Amino acid sequence: MMESPRVVADGRVDRWEYVALACLVVWPFLASHYASGLVSETFIFAIVVMSLDLLMGYSGLVSFGHAAFFGLGAYATVLLGVKFGLSPWIGALAGIALSAVASGLIGYFCVRMSGVAFFMLTLAFSQLLYSGAIKWRWLTAGSDGIGGMQRPDVLGVSLAHPVVMYFFALTSMVVCLYLLRRIIASQFGHALVGLRENETRMRSMGYRTLLLKLVAFVIAGTFAGVSGALYAIYTGFVSPDALSWGMSGMFLLMVVLGGAGSFLGPAIGAAVFLLMKHFVSSQTDHWLLIVGVIFVACVMFFRGGIYGLIDRIGGRRATP
Amino acid sequence: MDLIVTQALNGFVYGALLFLLASGLTLTFGLMGVVNLAHGSFFMLGSFFAVTAIKLTGNFWLALLLAPIPVVIFAVLMERFFLRPLYARDKLDPVLLTFGFSFIVTDLTEWAWGKEVLSIEEPRLLDDSIELLGGLFPLYRLALVGFVLLIALCMWFIIDRTRTGAMVRAGVDDAATAVGIGLNVPLLLTSNFACGAALAALAGVIAGPILGVYSGVDVEILIPAFIVIVIGGMGSLKGAFVGSLLIGEADTFGKTYLPDSAMFLIYLAMIIILLARPGGLFGQPPSER
Repeated sequence: MMESPRVVADGRVDRWEYVALACLVVWPFLASHYASGLVSETFIFAIVVMSLDLLMGYSGLVSFGHAAFFGLGAYATVLLGVKFGLSPWIGALAGIALSAVASGLIGYFCVRMSGVAFFMLTLAFSQLLYSGAIKWRWLTAGSDGIGGMQRPDVLGVSLAHPVVMYFFALTSMVVCLYLLRRIIASQFGHALVGLRENETRMRSMGYRTLLLKLVAFVIAGTFAGVSGALYAIYTGFVSPDALSWGMSGMFLLMVVLGGAGSFLGPAIGAAVFLLMKHFVSSQTDHWLLIVGVIFVACVMFFRGGIYGLIDRIGGRRATP
Repeated sequence: MDLIVTQALNGFVYGALLFLLASGLTLTFGLMGVVNLAHGSFFMLGSFFAVTAIKLTGNFWLALLLAPIPVVIFAVLMERFFLRPLYARDKLDPVLLTFGFSFIVTDLTEWAWGKEVLSIEEPRLLDDSIELLGGLFPLYRLALVGFVLLIALCMWFIIDRTRTGAMVRAGVDDAATAVGIGLNVPLLLTSNFACGAALAALAGVIAGPILGVYSGVDVEILIPAFIVIVIGGMGSLKGAFVGSLLIGEADTFGKTYLPDSAMFLIYLAMIIILLARPGGLFGQPPSER
């Protein structure tokens, strides 16, 4: 759906990306624990937003229900951790598996639709889960949510320490970014971009387009599950908001803000959105107004989002 | 028995409100291919402007007349300056745009009217109940249903029996051909969008005494209106009518008798209909559009 000139990433890593990574590695040693925590959160959201970009930016499937898989990952982690006393790692694995299975089931139906119908059907499925999470109080405690999960250890160090959590989240994000880029750089990824550009032609060339879309949907849903599980570990809490259309909408906003079809763009979008939300909300009550105006401006004038803007200003290659 | 009759009436009331929203939503989709995520905002703005109009004039009926005006002006500006440049682009760009607008409207209404739940008093004339079928019915609710039925009748007449209506139908069926035979489609789109906004605002005013007036009511009403047009068939006015009735009743009875799973079942129905009949009960399948 995007007009983005970027066709396919070739998996090369820019020099400035190493610089950015170096800055992120140094950051927690310069900033307060509180600020590190804030940035950890943006890493976690970056994962789900990049996974949505795989659908939106690369495959041309705009989902309005991506929070479903994020929420499932988070719910499974907290439920197994708090209600069944299992290790959050087992919960996280179960959550990711659940997201993968659910995205397979839901995707099986959704990929048959395209455009607005796809948009509405993904919304309907996520609202289905949302209404379940609200009403089935015996399992989910309804809109109050469930909390009180302790952060687990990783390699013998407790994630309760903000700097440890920071590096864990950073590593997870970098690994996910790497994997997603590898996927797009593969033949499968090229086929997805072909789908976005012209589905009919892809079908007539003999590609099994439904299967391609389904696989993309499951990959995106699984990464969303990873993000949700990490979010649950980070906050130790989950509520139906994690599954809501408001959450799905926020993911969409982040992708558009960052620039669809670039992975790193939406990740930057997530960071800018969350940090801005944090600082603007503490200064003024008009956070929503600002989001709305920025969003409208992005759709109207800056279709490439922040990443497109960086590209243009830096005069860097527009088509990697 | 009493309860069932009362619930049925409440279902009609909710269905009537949904119809006012869904009809605009469905025609906007039919004509422009745009799912207007700011349609609930028109509803909410209608409610809030009515609160202010009543405060100023002390008269419900004047508010009913005045409140939609600023909403329509807002909608016309939004269509003319923001949506129109996007029609040539991908279908989802305008959808995303309306999403941004819904944030802006929510913030501005909270700014202007605050976050508390406000209320609109029923007009004195209708502040009464009558006995019917062994139940006691608030007159206001009966009048509301009658009023909406009247509007639905007018809409049906305009769409089905007048030249303007023929142009709308032509636009819904095939916008490109409609332009080709010389219809002023841009004007058609703007006026359709304005009418949709007016109906939504009107719904906001008359819903005030029943649902209350608060920031967030936009989403509360928009989601069921979506379900209505998906079930009825996107682009179909008849579908919006039948869908509103179905969802109005299903929601009201569901909340009473199946409070745990009503919404779940309604979403499930939406999914099944989307899959079995992607065009909804009365719409055309998307491929033919």
